[in-house]
Amino acid sequence: MSDRVFGGIGLALALFIIWQARLIELSFISDPVGPRTFPIIIGVVLGVSSLVILLRPDAAPQWPRAARLLEIAVSVAVMVAYAMLLPVVGFVVATAFAAAFLTWRLGTKALWSLAVGVLTSLGIYAVFHLILGLSLARGPLGF
Amino acid sequence: MDALSSLVDGFAIAVTWQNLFLALIGCFLGTVMGALPGLGPSNGVAILIPLAFSLGLPATPAMILLTSVYFGAMYGGRISSILLNIPGDEPALMTTLDGYPMAQQGRGGEALALSGVASFVGAFLSTWGLVFLAPQLVKLALLFGPAEYFALYALAFATLGGIASKNQAKAAFAAALGLAIAMIGVDGQTGVPRFTFGEVHLYDGIDFLVAIVGLFALSEVFVFLEHGGTGAHEGQAGRARIGRIVPSLSLLRHCTPTMLRASVLGFIAGVLPGAGASLGSFISYSMEKRLVDRKGTFGTGDPRGVAAPEAGNNAAAGGALVPMLALGVPGSGTTAVLLAMLLALNITPGPLLFQKNPDVVWGLIAALFIGNLMLLAMNIPMVGLFVRVLLIPARILMPVVAMVSFVGIYGISGSSFDLLVMIGFGVLGWVLRKLDVPLVPIILGVLLGNATEANLRRAMTISDGDWSALVQSPLSIVLWAIAIVGFVLPIVFGKVLRRRLSLRKDAEGAAVD
Repeated sequence: MSDRVFGGIGLALALFIIWQARLIELSFISDPVGPRTFPIIIGVVLGVSSLVILLRPDAAPQWPRAARLLEIAVSVAVMVAYAMLLPVVGFVVATAFAAAFLTWRLGTKALWSLAVGVLTSLGIYAVFHLILGLSLARGPLGF
Repeated sequence: MDALSSLVDGFAIAVTWQNLFLALIGCFLGTVMGALPGLGPSNGVAILIPLAFSLGLPATPAMILLTSVYFGAMYGGRISSILLNIPGDEPALMTTLDGYPMAQQGRGGEALALSGVASFVGAFLSTWGLVFLAPQLVKLALLFGPAEYFALYALAFATLGGIASKNQAKAAFAAALGLAIAMIGVDGQTGVPRFTFGEVHLYDGIDFLVAIVGLFALSEVFVFLEHGGTGAHEGQAGRARIGRIVPSLSLLRHCTPTMLRASVLGFIAGVLPGAGASLGSFISYSMEKRLVDRKGTFGTGDPRGVAAPEAGNNAAAGGALVPMLALGVPGSGTTAVLLAMLLALNITPGPLLFQKNPDVVWGLIAALFIGNLMLLAMNIPMVGLFVRVLLIPARILMPVVAMVSFVGIYGISGSSFDLLVMIGFGVLGWVLRKLDVPLVPIILGVLLGNATEANLRRAMTISDGDWSALVQSPLSIVLWAIAIVGFVLPIVFGKVLRRRLSLRKDAEGAAVD
């Protein structure tokens, strides 16, 4: 069943690509092929392979239970928040929290994860910023 | 003899304190990453690329660092195979068959040392193969025009799913998806934006480093989250008895013919498109079993069963560099990631690389020799240290991996948008892995998409829009023929080969347990 849904999505994506490719503006100078043809070829390959997947599906994989899926979704949300907040609060603070959260969700006790998160953040800061001189996001506190 | 004098020049480039230090760091990090289940050579190299890039390393040192990581990971994969019966990476799967029984008999240290030597023999011989074969391939590649290059890229895409590919439709889907992602951005030839949907961030296209780190490294973190961080390996490494860590001379002599044969086979498997290191170790093991296993000791802790796959997979790793450097077409996941590094540094591999940047090529090859000596030195006496590394639980390690990925990508562009795209690729990678869609063709599509299209359009411009020009030279006809055979063959034989692979593993796994 998973593969049928997957094939269906792939087919829709292929149609979308072909439709969008046909809308690409042509400029007045162009080579014989132009900017539209190759994306259309790709769309066709994508569509045909999706169709095969849809018609001849493999056995469905074992999807995680709803609780686990929620776990992954929350982790993604934390990472997105991390990406957005990184320039605002600075590298060390943001990374400490994100690393602590992931460590906690992977099964460390809450208090320990906070310690691990802070250590991870400081460790990366020390190695990559202080030793290697990589520029990391600077927060209002200067780190 | 040209090759030899170039190699001497290469040593002059490679032997600087900075390069030696980078090689040492790379070998160490690579061995650690290879040893840890879940982090293989391609993830390891993928995480480090953005770092090497944002540190502003020049091309030669950057490549030395990354190839050291690559080879280090090939060495490291065996450690957890032998001690825990869990392959540290995919090519190390066959090493579990005889390595783990040896460890159970208290000969773990011997197995580790022997496999270290076998890895060295494989890697060392295949580096010699690289020295002599790559320049020959370059001569051939100089005959290539745009039509031939287009056919060559098609061949790479068609065969990348591999001979043991499960579902060619999914491999084709992955390649097309990667190519489609490469189309995003301003068209290089006419300057019109494509698939950008008015988003300014997309005008430059999707940075392939962002895609690679997301698909490889971040999706691994999601896999661990899915299983609640239960790394099966936790706390087991301490229990395995290691025993002596220096192999006796008679044992080495006993295994030498095996190592030599396996190296040759592995190298060939590495050079051929679509085979790669996993198949290299599989073929080496099966052939060795057929040739020398008269008493049926393979699978019960025969040292030759450890030496063969390790020599085979390390030789394949060196072999895979041949098409990557000489033609610009990678034959495996990790070499695809290395290709990304070169492209990020504005160096296009292929025949011109040997003419324009001989320092990069030969410096790199010389560094491979040095790196392998370092790895041998590191892996025999210091193997205990790497065993200790296996004790770090995944619940602490994986967040570090995630955070280092973020640091690397943020270091390149300093943009939150790239981080969001990377998270998107991480989720995509996780879903596609669940669905058994291979990720390497996606990477290859993203990497080579623009070059593929450019060669097609160049060929069409030369022929003035006549599509039959694609199949007019004998060379391109041969390439197309190989591409088609390479795509169809797995559909016919893939099932048989895979069944054998899993049967062998099951049967011998059962005998062990």
